[in-house]
Amino acid sequence: MQIRNEIKFILNNRDITLDAFEAEQTLLDFLRLDQQLIGTKEGCAEGDCGACTVLVGRLVNGGLKYEIVNACIRFLASLDGCHVVTIEYLSGSNGDLHPVQKAMVECHASQCGFCTPGFVMSLYSLWMENSNPSKREVEIAVQGNLCRCTGYEPIINAALAVNKFGNPISDQLITERENTIKNLSKLQDNARVVIRDSTIKSILPANIDDLADVLIDQPSATIVAGATDVGLWVTKFLKPISPALFIGHLTDLKKIEVKDDVLIFGAGVTYTEIQEYLSKFFPFLDNYWDRIAGWQVRNMGTIGGNIANGSPIGDTPPVLIALNSEIILRKGNQTRVLPIEKFFIEYGKQDLKKSEFILSIRVPLPNKDQLNSAYKISKRSEDDISTLAVGISMGVESGKIKDCRIAFGGMAATPKRALMTENSLKGKTWCNKTIYEASRMLDEDFSPLSDWRATKEYRISVARNLLHRFFLEHDLDTLEPIQIHSIV
Amino acid sequence: MDNINKISGGIHSNRIHDSATKHVTGQAKYTDDITEPVGTLHAYLGVSEVAHANIKSIDLSQVEELPGVIGTITASDIPGVNDISPTGQNDEPVFPIDKVQFHGQPLFAVIAKTRNIARHAAKLANIEYEILPHALNISSAIGADYPHVTAPLKLERGNISKTVSNDMNRIKNKITIGGQDHMYLEGHIAFAIPGEDDELVIHCSTQHPSEAQHMVAHVMGIPNNAVTVNVRRMGGGFGGKESQMNLFCVVAAIAAKKWNCAVKLRPDRDQDMISTGKRHDFIIDYDVSFNDDGLISAVDSIFSARCGYSSDLSGPVTDRALFHADNAYYYPNVRLKSRPMKTNTVSNTAFRGFGGPQGVLGAERIIEEIAFATGKDPLDIRKLNLYGDTDRNITPYHQKIKDNILPKLIDELEKKSNYRTRRTAIKNFNKTSSVIKKGIALTPVKFGISFTATWYNQAGALIHIYNDGSIHLNHGGTEMGQGLNTKIAQIVADAFQVDFERIKITKTTTEKVPNTSATAASSGTDLNGMAALDAADQIKDRLIKFAAAHWGVQETEIKFLSNMVYVGEEIVPFNEFIKMAYMQRIQLSATGFYKTPNIYWDRAAGKGNPFYYYAYGAACSEVLIDTLTGEYRIEKTDILHDVGRSLNPILDKGQIEGAFIQGMGWLTSEELWWDKDGKLKTHAPSTYKIPLASDMPREFNVELADWSENRELTIKRSKAVGEPPFMLGISVLEALSMAISSMNDYQTCPRLDTPATPERVLLAVKNIQEQANK
Repeated sequence: MQIRNEIKFILNNRDITLDAFEAEQTLLDFLRLDQQLIGTKEGCAEGDCGACTVLVGRLVNGGLKYEIVNACIRFLASLDGCHVVTIEYLSGSNGDLHPVQKAMVECHASQCGFCTPGFVMSLYSLWMENSNPSKREVEIAVQGNLCRCTGYEPIINAALAVNKFGNPISDQLITERENTIKNLSKLQDNARVVIRDSTIKSILPANIDDLADVLIDQPSATIVAGATDVGLWVTKFLKPISPALFIGHLTDLKKIEVKDDVLIFGAGVTYTEIQEYLSKFFPFLDNYWDRIAGWQVRNMGTIGGNIANGSPIGDTPPVLIALNSEIILRKGNQTRVLPIEKFFIEYGKQDLKKSEFILSIRVPLPNKDQLNSAYKISKRSEDDISTLAVGISMGVESGKIKDCRIAFGGMAATPKRALMTENSLKGKTWCNKTIYEASRMLDEDFSPLSDWRATKEYRISVARNLLHRFFLEHDLDTLEPIQIHSIV
Repeated sequence: MDNINKISGGIHSNRIHDSATKHVTGQAKYTDDITEPVGTLHAYLGVSEVAHANIKSIDLSQVEELPGVIGTITASDIPGVNDISPTGQNDEPVFPIDKVQFHGQPLFAVIAKTRNIARHAAKLANIEYEILPHALNISSAIGADYPHVTAPLKLERGNISKTVSNDMNRIKNKITIGGQDHMYLEGHIAFAIPGEDDELVIHCSTQHPSEAQHMVAHVMGIPNNAVTVNVRRMGGGFGGKESQMNLFCVVAAIAAKKWNCAVKLRPDRDQDMISTGKRHDFIIDYDVSFNDDGLISAVDSIFSARCGYSSDLSGPVTDRALFHADNAYYYPNVRLKSRPMKTNTVSNTAFRGFGGPQGVLGAERIIEEIAFATGKDPLDIRKLNLYGDTDRNITPYHQKIKDNILPKLIDELEKKSNYRTRRTAIKNFNKTSSVIKKGIALTPVKFGISFTATWYNQAGALIHIYNDGSIHLNHGGTEMGQGLNTKIAQIVADAFQVDFERIKITKTTTEKVPNTSATAASSGTDLNGMAALDAADQIKDRLIKFAAAHWGVQETEIKFLSNMVYVGEEIVPFNEFIKMAYMQRIQLSATGFYKTPNIYWDRAAGKGNPFYYYAYGAACSEVLIDTLTGEYRIEKTDILHDVGRSLNPILDKGQIEGAFIQGMGWLTSEELWWDKDGKLKTHAPSTYKIPLASDMPREFNVELADWSENRELTIKRSKAVGEPPFMLGISVLEALSMAISSMNDYQTCPRLDTPATPERVLLAVKNIQEQANK
């Protein structure tokens, strides 16, 4: 195994090589404090305001993919082999404004200006992918960017107008693409990267087998995938994470396939990467998925990470449980399969053995008699942590409920099935009365907490009402709109 | 004048924000972006972990032992006075000595080589507390007999006791109104650089450089003239940087002098939100009497506010709540009392509207109550109770309303928004839609312009013209995104009739304009614009006199026009003209000054003329709610707002849009939540939810009432715009209320408290349903 003791990446148009730095070092501090690239701002240091948005380009299947990320919670080590693009790189060498910047100026889209570089980066990313977006697409692209001054209207207008100021075809990241691919390819040596001075700070395993080996050697290492949670341990709670084991770059963990009517994907697959598959096979998740986090976090955060951290309010476990998913865990050369709901033992405790990691997730494709829905309730409609979330999957044949799986987040110390409620539904007639009676059982299944997101009373009553919504949504007699998110 | 002769960026034009290009390229520098001198140290605050306690001991030995730590600062290191109370009440120590009064109260500072080390070190303090009982909110403070933080205000007119005793309709109830965090994107920061002798230069993010200067001098025990405070721009302020920067400035200053190094203090977002003040939450107990038509005869209300542990600006904030308790409506008999309650929470402070929004919301609740009680469209109740022109025009503080344009403005918006037809259509929709319900509301705002602290209504400016004809502009206002610098440069460009680009806008500094007022109360342009114009006029006057003498023409024959000076027959380019004036030893620099005329206020009597004029506006919002979950969406908002004769319509529109969304956020998703121990649990954007782009109304139309012109001689007849449109967000709350009330055929006032989170909406739906089932 080849070992490299430094990371290499490209920052705008410069090659960067770094060794012996701390695992906790963030990209944002590196940009602002070491590189004096002060255009990237710190607004919250928790990935929620987007003022620190930068683009990270990486090689994917031989191509080059740029995505926006939050530099505040992105650890420096995870940038090995990447191209980091900051706001400073956007203006041309002659000082000309980039089309996105021109549109922002012309549309009066900045007031205090502090959030502006972050918005520019998000809109830049959108424009490269989709130069003629709808208003809704723009809203989704800037979910992870807060502005406190403008009320957003002029920013949306700017996003819709970028095309008037330039075409992505002549954008420098596009025209330099082949060259950048060549330069980034040179950085890929399939080595294990170990950053250390007197102690090991960070490890980037070369591949999955190497990851398994490293975890046997370093069982107490902190596994960091997208860092959308671990990042906050560092920036908010000042927790040390060394030795940190970075896995976000492992392409083996990013495989997605459909085999025997099962969607199988690696634990390192991000929210963004899985989206087109979900849209194809689980279209009922479209709206739900769009409401998870902001674009930056969806680009960074992984499904495996969302499961592994065991949070009772993670957005994916309720849905995955309802869909009867399994996870594959690996330790050394051994793997085991676990129904996902069994993974969550109690608050802060998961069925994850020493040196073990989540390898992949298996989600059976729904059959045609299965009625599926996922609902997320939050104080703010989008980019908010769930007050509660629910995945419901019900098999209904000839007017009878054959089987059902209902799983909630935010109702207990772990993501949890509503087993009593499920039992009271099974075998019953698919009708309003059945649902109403079953919804009363939620009191037996759950005794949720009150916190800053909601009181327990709200959680229980909404949980009941969401069963009612499920009935209305799937009942053929219901023609009226039944939830605001689906009204166009 | 034809277009060819126009200057670029003159008044009444849509001049782009002067920093726009720097914003979009990331080149605009904020305080944290200033290049640091070698050896710059970083400070961080250690804060209390309990809400109310006697301090038994503070042991900082572990803090100081962390490698990289230079030292610590506690109350005993303060050279001058341990007090940063902005109103001189001496109730806000920099660091308390014996008693902690809220969770998150700063107790000490640690200074280290890096900010990261300082943050880590601040957690290592060992503090022993003797816990005392605490009162966190208004009710518990009243229950525990907590004192007022400042003297209450009473406004009274007519005869309350006589009116309420007759057989009028009468409703007594209350509304609970939540607070709001500023959530400016750039948090607090102060960067102190020690100079010679007692001198200090402070770069910081503040709306009130003069106060920061005076406070640093006060705490350092040095004269004001030793301290310079600089602000190029803020990444948002919204009132949160009117007094709250004091703490950071003085701590950085103490450390800078103690170690003779530059010291930067930047709290993280959590500390910024936990340890600095917010908008006051209120409980308004109202008692309103009205006739069968819905005409108000008497209002008797008490405004209780959560002020936090000290007075800060709570006096003027609660006063302003009373000044706006009428919103746009005439109360023939009225008694309004403020109750500024002390609580064991962070001391609340200024926030866009400064108590006004809470007062206005109370008025709109009263209107709503009357509408439900009389079964009328709330808009009809609003129109019925509007101030009159020649009678019914006296406010509770005895000021006569002379410029009421609301009848016209509301009529226009009612037509533009098609309010009546839509309301009918919505009622029809609600009849057949069982889960989704709609609501619509049109609400007005009237907002008094001027600081109620009359002496604050003054401003200064400084203009230099250099001998190449370039102009240097400075004034006492601060730029926080509102475009103040742009507008004032437009005024100066217009005065000299030169292109905007000729004017260099420079940082606000106490060195150039002394004794400035906070850029607050929407007054920035009104005050500083006039001061800048005064300075420009002085220079112009000298130039005209010079030219008349030099060319031997009448003064009336000299005109400044499109970058030229017309002297009789002769046309001289502006820069050549300036060069000539310089050669003739004409003084090309002037300070300008302005004070608002015709205002006075007798607080003890509750009478006066505190406002120079009023700004008006109205909004019509339509919402839909999900009665299963309480979730909602804003479908459409139409706004018609009065900015007088706009100096810059596009910047004003930006203020209106932003204020509306911020006001909507205050009333909907933005919730401050303290646990029972007094810990604020919503202290970062992950838990405190300000509106997103997707929360905007699906359709959002904002128009200026372009026919409006300020009756008073304000700068170019414009009107202030910063705060008034904030209250347009109330239309959303009232629309939610209508949608909820549809559950019981609009029979019951839902009495929706704020913020109207999905949870509160669902609760209101349930309550209404229960009423309906009775």
